[in-house]
Amino acid sequence: MSQLAEHKRRRIDELTARTAEAGGVSLFRDAGRRLLRNPTAIVGATIILLFLIMAIFAPLVAPHDPVQRFPELTKDLTVDSIPGATAGHPLGSDPLGRDFASRMVYGARQTMFVGVLATMIGLLLGVLLGAIAGAVGGWVDVVIMRFTDVMLALPSLLLAITLVALARQSTQWTVILAVAIVNVPIFARLLRGSMLAQRESDHVLAARALGVKPRDIALRHMLPNSLTAVIVQATLTFAVAILDAAALSFLGLGDPDINRAEWGLMLGVDGVRYFEVRPELAYFPALAIILVALGFTLLGESMREALDPKNRR
Amino acid sequence: MVRVVSRRLIQLVITLIALTTLVFFWLRSLPGGPVDALLGERATPQTRELLIKALGYDQPIWVQYGHFLKNVVTGNFGNSIRTGEPVMDVIGRSFPATFELALAAIIIAIGLGVPLGYLAARHRGRLLDNATIVITLIGISIPIFFLGYLLKDWLTQSLHLFPPSGRISTGTDNTDVTGFFVLDGLLTREFDASADALWHLVLPALTLATIPLAIIIRITRASVLDVLDADYIRTADAKGLRNPTIRKRHVLRNALLPVVTIIGLQTGALLAGAVLTEKVYNWGGLGTLITDSISGSRDYPVLQALILLAALVFVVVNLLVDLSYAIIDPRVRVR
Repeated sequence: MSQLAEHKRRRIDELTARTAEAGGVSLFRDAGRRLLRNPTAIVGATIILLFLIMAIFAPLVAPHDPVQRFPELTKDLTVDSIPGATAGHPLGSDPLGRDFASRMVYGARQTMFVGVLATMIGLLLGVLLGAIAGAVGGWVDVVIMRFTDVMLALPSLLLAITLVALARQSTQWTVILAVAIVNVPIFARLLRGSMLAQRESDHVLAARALGVKPRDIALRHMLPNSLTAVIVQATLTFAVAILDAAALSFLGLGDPDINRAEWGLMLGVDGVRYFEVRPELAYFPALAIILVALGFTLLGESMREALDPKNRR
Repeated sequence: MVRVVSRRLIQLVITLIALTTLVFFWLRSLPGGPVDALLGERATPQTRELLIKALGYDQPIWVQYGHFLKNVVTGNFGNSIRTGEPVMDVIGRSFPATFELALAAIIIAIGLGVPLGYLAARHRGRLLDNATIVITLIGISIPIFFLGYLLKDWLTQSLHLFPPSGRISTGTDNTDVTGFFVLDGLLTREFDASADALWHLVLPALTLATIPLAIIIRITRASVLDVLDADYIRTADAKGLRNPTIRKRHVLRNALLPVVTIIGLQTGALLAGAVLTEKVYNWGGLGTLITDSISGSRDYPVLQALILLAALVFVVVNLLVDLSYAIIDPRVRVR
């Protein structure tokens, strides 16, 4: 056998092996594989994972209690000088004589809490509205869509500010709810769009032909297939949520609890107030926020890229 | 074309009416209602009674709603709780400052964003592209008020390159004609004042431009990449068209649509960024007005007018975007 024929046969074998492999792979498996091969996704996921570990094991990682005021720190504390790193306090003191490093570690917990909750609430409400609009259609759809139009007519941060202003006294929950509600129209429109796109698709037609009840078609066949876009959006929303929460704190509309160690609060209140005295009070929470936001943005965008049918081979 | 525009106009009006209605009922639903917000907690029942009469709150809600709509159309939003002046006067005074800032920011964002995004796409995968991607990613992940403090600290406190805050140096002899300080200087030939105002504008405008700039770069890059992959570009290339012709006629024109959309969205959202930027630089525009109307006792009449103004700007900008589609893309004109 000539070398050329041998070479050709090996190429054909390789090709058939590859198509066989690709042919039986579902969109999710395929997307997952592409995601794992994408360095951007890995970087994003790693950042998120590290901060998650820090959040979960905060009591083990943090050197001290985040709300305890230390006499050795308060001793030298004035408005014009906040003690820096000392033995036992690697990042020094915050303006109230508390261990800043511990507050940063616990901050991961609180910040993730705010971000996750705001995103989840926004997602749930949005999915609910979007699913109703997409499944019911008709005037219900029109009303819901006009409603989202109105909400989207205001820039998101401005809407959040307005919502917080509704409450007499802002608490951690007004912040979470305001940031969540701002994202409701985005999720709703997204879900409605992908449900509408499926209405005429083969699997829905097949289900209808088989006599599946409309409610079951919407819940079992259309909704699960529409969730991908929403999950990608949720990943990206998380980044926006913690940035918006930080902005609200900066505007004096954040959580009034002075014990709460949350990065947005630490940056937006003490960080900027003492910027000229000790900029580290702003640098560390800002860096943490940037990293987490970056992590979620990187992961979200690579997820979107991986799920894009254009990139399928 | 006329049909597209008229449909959009009708949608715009519906959206604004819906928002106005929401704002009206929102004010009614406040704990204690607007009367308590106006009077505070120490009012006697008699003064309460008088104010309720004076404001017409003893009339049926639909009559009140009609009055409210009439007032909105004629631009009468009542008086500010904080200062007692008519709301429109308060807003009118703050408007030029924010307009000047937003205009400068959007000029920076478009002027830098579109060329940078285009260059990044043309040099895909190379150093320039990667550097641009990293910078834009940081740009959308950084809290912009923090960036503002950072710029202020580095460029004014340490290097003394720019003034730290305000719109113009104290003691500058400027005549207030239009409220736009840079323009005023030019009109009255006080060029020093103009230059000084411009100098004060640089850092706030840069801060406000950060997010739109990053987003415009990313969208431009993605859009140009899409177009560069398209068959008609390969065809144009194969036909032997010269590179500059392809770039101008085929790539840029086709890539521009999503970019224009995002420019519209970002312009409409500038007021939100202005709230943060103005607080950092003590700018004294609409953003500051929003912060002031919320902190402490809430100045609902001002807030309500500002919300409607923000929505109006947003909707009008997006209408302009739709109209510009027709100029860029002939296909829209036919439809």
